[in-house]
Amino acid sequence: MCEAMIEIRDLAKSFTLHGQGGTVIPVMENACLSVGAGECVALTGASGSGKSTLMRMICGNYLARSGSIRVGTLDVARAAPREIIRLRRETLGHVSQFLRVVPRVPTLRVVAEPLMALGRPEPEASARAAALLARLNIPERLWKLSPTTFSGGERQRVNIARGFVHSYPALLLDEPTAALDPANREVVLDLIGEAKARGAAILGIFHDRDARDRVCDRCVDVGAFAPGKAAREGRPG
Amino acid sequence: MIRPGPSAEGTAPLLGVAGLTRHYGTRIGCADVSFDLWPGEVLGIVGESGSGKSTLLGCVAGHLAADAGRILYRGRDTATMTEPERRRLARTEWAFVHQNPRDGLRMGVSAGGNVGERLMAVGARHYGAIRAEAADWLARVEIAAGRIDDRPRQFSGGMQQRLQIARNLVTAPRLVFMDEPTGGLDVSVQARLLDLIRGLVRDMALSVVIVTHDLAVVRLLADRLLVMKDGRVIEAGLTDQVLDDPQEPYTQVLVSSVLQV
Repeated sequence: MCEAMIEIRDLAKSFTLHGQGGTVIPVMENACLSVGAGECVALTGASGSGKSTLMRMICGNYLARSGSIRVGTLDVARAAPREIIRLRRETLGHVSQFLRVVPRVPTLRVVAEPLMALGRPEPEASARAAALLARLNIPERLWKLSPTTFSGGERQRVNIARGFVHSYPALLLDEPTAALDPANREVVLDLIGEAKARGAAILGIFHDRDARDRVCDRCVDVGAFAPGKAAREGRPG
Repeated sequence: MIRPGPSAEGTAPLLGVAGLTRHYGTRIGCADVSFDLWPGEVLGIVGESGSGKSTLLGCVAGHLAADAGRILYRGRDTATMTEPERRRLARTEWAFVHQNPRDGLRMGVSAGGNVGERLMAVGARHYGAIRAEAADWLARVEIAAGRIDDRPRQFSGGMQQRLQIARNLVTAPRLVFMDEPTGGLDVSVQARLLDLIRGLVRDMALSVVIVTHDLAVVRLLADRLLVMKDGRVIEAGLTDQVLDDPQEPYTQVLVSSVLQV
C-alpha cells in the first residue's frame, strides 16, 4: 500500500485562556488518522467535538500541543511559517465556510488568484476560473462584482471554485454542500468525485449525510479523540 | 505548544535582522529584535502605539541608527557599506512608503515629475522615455492620464498614497518598507489600495515589511506576523495562526479587542 498523503499521529490540542486566569482547556488528545491518495474521509462527531479544530490544525491555522501532522512530506506541527505557506499554495487546498477576500476585488479574480500565486499566466488562470464559476452556476454578470455582496449560497460556491481551481493533491472541505440547492450540490459532489479520481486525498466535514455516503470512503469519529477518553476506556470497570 | 522550527528550505533570506536594539536615552525603542525575510514574503509588524514598531522599521530601513544588532541584506552587513553604497541601495533596491504621503512625495512637483525623478536618480536621461514610464506607472496605480501634470496637493488622500507607491516602485525595488500605508484613509479607499499592493507584491515578487496597528490589513496582506510590546517581539508566526490561535496574553487581548462589523 502506498504511503498516506495526510497522516496524523498522537495529536493533542489545548487552549490557554490568559484572560481567564490562564485556564487551560484541553480539546483533543491522541488523535490519529490517515488519508490516502484518491480517498475521501469524513470527520464525524457532535457539534463541538473538535472537527473544525482538527481541520484548522492540519492547515496550520491552529498550533498543535504535541504530536505530528504530516501532509505530503511536511510535518505541519513543526514546520516554519513559510513552509506552511508553500504547502497551502502548492499542495493543500482548503474550502472553509468563510470567504475572506479584499473587498472590491472581482469574483473572477478571487477564484483565479490561487493559480496566479503559482505563477500561471493570467489568461489561463482566468479561463479556468470562468469555467468553474460557470459550472457552479454563478451568472456571468456577477463575475466582475466582489463576492462580498453575494448571498450565502453564492459565496459558498465562489469558495468552492477557489478551492478546486488548482489540482491540489490534498483537500480539506468544511461542509462544502451546506448552503447549496440540489443542482449545485450535484455539481460539488461531481467535483469531489473528479478530485478523488485524479488522486487527491480529501478530508471533510459533511453534515449532509446523503452527500457523505456518496463521496466518502470511510468516517472517523472525532469524539474518540476527546481528552481523557483513551485513559477512561483503557481502565477496567 | 510545539514551536515551529527553522525552515529547511535552501534559499537564503533577502534580509536578516539579528539582535536589533535602539534606546531613546534610558527608554527602550526596540530591544533584541531578530527576524528573517525571504524573497516575495510580506512580514507584518503589529502592536499598539509606542510598542516600538516604527522605531524597528526606521532602524531596519536605515533612517535611525541602531545601538546594537546586525542587518544583513543579501548576505552583506549594511554597517560595513559605505555611505554612497547605502544611498544607492535606498534609491534602487529598497523603497519606503510613509503613512503620510507628504513625507514621501514632493508636493510642489507634478505627479509625473514625482515618478520621473526617481528614474533620473538611477540614471535615466531620455525625457520621452521617462515620461512614458511615469505615465505607465500612473496607469498601474489607477491615476488618470490627464492628471500627470497636476501637483499632488490637488489629489485626494488615496490618490496621493497611490502616487507615493508609484514613485517608490518605478525603480523596481526588491524590498519595500511600509509604515501604516492605509492609515487615515476611508475604508473604500483602503480596500482599493490593499488590492493594488497585493497585486504589485505578486507581480513584482516584492518582499515587504509593513507596520500597522490594523489587524484586518495584516490578515489580508501579510504572510507572517511579529507582535510587539514594550519594544520587544513577544509572538511571531503565520499571520492567520497568530490571529486565530494567539498564545501570549497580550496577543490574546489585542486580537479580542478588535471591533466586529
